[in-house]
Amino acid sequence: MNHAALHPAGPLAQEIARLFWAFTSVTGIVYLIVIGILVYALRRRRTTDPGAQEAGAARALRFIGLGVGLSAVVLVVLAVNDFIGNRRLNAGQVNPIRVKVTAHQWWWEVEYVDSQPSLRVTTANELALPVGRPVMLQMTSTDVIHSFWVPNLNGKKDLLPGYTTHLALIASQAGAYTGECAEFCGFQHAQMRLDVAAKSPDDFAHWLDAQRSAAAEPDSDPARHGRDVFLKTSCHLCHAIQGTEASARLGPDLTHLASRAHIAAGARPNDSANLAAWILDPQSIKPGTRMPSTKLSGEDLNALVAYLRNLR
Amino acid sequence: MTQLESTWSDPPGLVGWLSTVNHKRVAVRYIVTTLVFFALAGALALIMRTQLARADNDLVGPDLYNQLFSMHGSAMMFLFAVPVMEAVALYLIPLMLGTRNVPFPRLNAYGYWLFLFGGIMSFTVFFLNIGPEAGWFSYVPLSGPEYSPGKRSDFWAQMITFTEVAALIGAIQIITATFKMRAPGMTLNRIPMFVWAMLVTSFMIIFAMPSVMLASTFLITDRLVSTQFFNPTEGGDVLLWQHMFWFFGHPEVYIIFVPALGMISEILPAFTRRKVVGYLGLVIALVSISFLSFGLWVHHMFATGLPPLGMSFFTVASIMIALPTGLQIFCWIATLATGEPVRFATPILFVIGFFFIFIIGGMTGVMLGASSLDQQLHDSYFVVAHLHYVLIGGAVFPLFGGFYYWFPKLSGRQLSERAGRWNFWLFFIGFNVAFFPMHILGLEGMPRRVYTYSAASGWQGLNLLSSLGAAMVALSVIVFVANVLVTLRRGARAADNPWNAPGLEWATTSPPPAYNFAQIPVVASRTPLWERDFPTAVVTGLPDLVPSVLVTRLHDAEPDHVALMPEPSIWPLLSAIATTILFIGTVFTPWALIWGSVPVGIALIAWFWPRKDETRKHQQVEVKPQEGEQREHELREALS
Repeated sequence: MNHAALHPAGPLAQEIARLFWAFTSVTGIVYLIVIGILVYALRRRRTTDPGAQEAGAARALRFIGLGVGLSAVVLVVLAVNDFIGNRRLNAGQVNPIRVKVTAHQWWWEVEYVDSQPSLRVTTANELALPVGRPVMLQMTSTDVIHSFWVPNLNGKKDLLPGYTTHLALIASQAGAYTGECAEFCGFQHAQMRLDVAAKSPDDFAHWLDAQRSAAAEPDSDPARHGRDVFLKTSCHLCHAIQGTEASARLGPDLTHLASRAHIAAGARPNDSANLAAWILDPQSIKPGTRMPSTKLSGEDLNALVAYLRNLR
Repeated sequence: MTQLESTWSDPPGLVGWLSTVNHKRVAVRYIVTTLVFFALAGALALIMRTQLARADNDLVGPDLYNQLFSMHGSAMMFLFAVPVMEAVALYLIPLMLGTRNVPFPRLNAYGYWLFLFGGIMSFTVFFLNIGPEAGWFSYVPLSGPEYSPGKRSDFWAQMITFTEVAALIGAIQIITATFKMRAPGMTLNRIPMFVWAMLVTSFMIIFAMPSVMLASTFLITDRLVSTQFFNPTEGGDVLLWQHMFWFFGHPEVYIIFVPALGMISEILPAFTRRKVVGYLGLVIALVSISFLSFGLWVHHMFATGLPPLGMSFFTVASIMIALPTGLQIFCWIATLATGEPVRFATPILFVIGFFFIFIIGGMTGVMLGASSLDQQLHDSYFVVAHLHYVLIGGAVFPLFGGFYYWFPKLSGRQLSERAGRWNFWLFFIGFNVAFFPMHILGLEGMPRRVYTYSAASGWQGLNLLSSLGAAMVALSVIVFVANVLVTLRRGARAADNPWNAPGLEWATTSPPPAYNFAQIPVVASRTPLWERDFPTAVVTGLPDLVPSVLVTRLHDAEPDHVALMPEPSIWPLLSAIATTILFIGTVFTPWALIWGSVPVGIALIAWFWPRKDETRKHQQVEVKPQEGEQREHELREALS
């Protein structure tokens, strides 16, 4: 399960899963006891004598007092448990990787922060992190409220316009996980996913280096024509490709588009056919998306797709 | 007797039908109206469940789906759950208290008409494709002017205005009736549990509703006249909405479910043949739930990045509400254990179903109230499961039990027990099949309010199961409706007190006459109808010529004075129409507030305009207090 709260892949999600099982077993036992007493109450042989009834009620009052007292003890234990979990989840992280996440309707902008501008990396709808090292997300939104949720790594945190919120992620094993937007954010709330890859430290360093490089030069004639199509039609008005003149930030940065698993925030797998369909008519794939449809000739479209598929 | 009957009966014809101020006629309309909205909102849920039954389904697109769940939630909350409880109370409470009407009968009619028009407006705009689209919670900025252009969110906000005004009117009736119109002898510690529950609920309504009315007014002005309450780029704040909404929204849950707790405390004694155990504890539990419920709204906002200490405070407040709730459950189990053998009629089946379902909802509630655990569960399908376990298990099951229990009083006919059993078992099994899998879906990462999901997610099997359960619930509601319709045509006649219950509402005929009680009984205990030779005394001297009620003192219910009640009038209806024009007008222009208030003013003046024949009758029945006469006489003596 790559999007399940009870298959934790890191200590923070592990802590919440521990709380879940603690709460579930305690409340489950309480439930069975209460239902057991209820069934006993319904089946027991009862008296029709009012005097005996009142004596029974007096005895029952003692049991009620006992039940409420025990419940209070159980609740205090659970509350203390939660308090401990709360402090663990909100503890400061040592030497974290800092990543800015900005939510848009309906995609995620991800920026690896670095004091040196040339080492900053901007990508979209994907997040890579090294196993064992914490990542601290600084999150905000440019439009409505969203919520960042990768259940295998941690609970969720809202992204609110006008606020910056923080969320730590720690992965203890390599793997691919899925994140979702958890706060209803309009039309395409259902298709606002992000691919999270936990990599070994070496693989992560590799990945980061690759992301820091400028876009790959087109290596074939169709791809070169595709770059012209990108820069001369409307594409560059919203998208950036580092190393070209395209530098707009309205839509996702496409510098390394071909290295991503999905397009349109998880709406489709990233392959040539889906890419072509998405460029021609995004509204049929993801109704309401901010991306307009682009009318291109077959030749231009194929060239553009060839160029984009080359952006590894 | 004939004078009493003609005094309390409505004028004939359509105008009479529209003018009635009799609490029973108004309440029956109210109940039927809320049930129609319940069925409509349920139908919307069925469309959603059909859409979600398959992965990548394209039966319903995102635009319609968002409206479906927004309307489902808004209608269930504002047009069904809160008003149905008030409607039942407006029928039962005067009967339970031994009085003849609600304290403000014309206002009562006005409240109903306003609710009806608000509900009709909401569903009309929904069918016109301008229904709410930002959820029943309408979070800004998604519902603000920039991200919700058009009129959809304005109509949502006006639906709030309509229904909240109606809810406040109901709350005022219930509080006043409980405080001042109890039968003589019904001291505070003899008030029926359902009345206690409604009293507590009514106070919660009075404190909670203004918060959401203010919030929705801010929203309307943001949208209509460009105030910037919620716009972060102009110094507004998006979290302000959430605080104001949930300061109402969490007590709302208890507003819905506290009345249901009262119903359980009423139903149990009739079937166990004993007083409910722990009356004082039950009352204290209700009151403490109402106080606690105002201190835990932040658990809806645990993911917004609040300081950890604040979260821990609200965690403790949230999970401690399990104590008073648990106390009530223990008291009811003790009642079952110490009474006579239970007669398993349909009302008690629904109460037992309540235990099985609601306690699960309470347990998951403790989990959601824990701030760290909630980080995973929040806004996932786990919450959808939880809230339906609480609201359907906690409120709808007792409500259905209540329908079966009080239907004979209301209609004079006994609902079919056989159909009742089908109704119960289909509902109970269907409900669990529909909602239990959602716990697992939430843990598997399925977020709420998604119009579709991919096959790769692995959520299809449980979603299909859930949809099948929803169909079973729908079937059970159809059985219920059929049971009611068939019973009304040719059901068995009900006795005045078919369950041999102890409450005053069973002391009159089924259905009750327009004046409820020919003679107001004096109450000598908590279970008046189980007293030997009830009633030991009755109130005499209430004038028959004009509708009048006995007003008693707050704490000891000693007779205080006689209040003359207004006669039927068409003006509450016309005032409600004028108010409706004002409310709907303000969706389009702020000036509607100015010109719209003119017809409202005219209608209200006509409403209160004294009528000559009415005044003459009032003068006829006027009695000078005896001691006044005595003093006047003494003064005259002294002066002469």
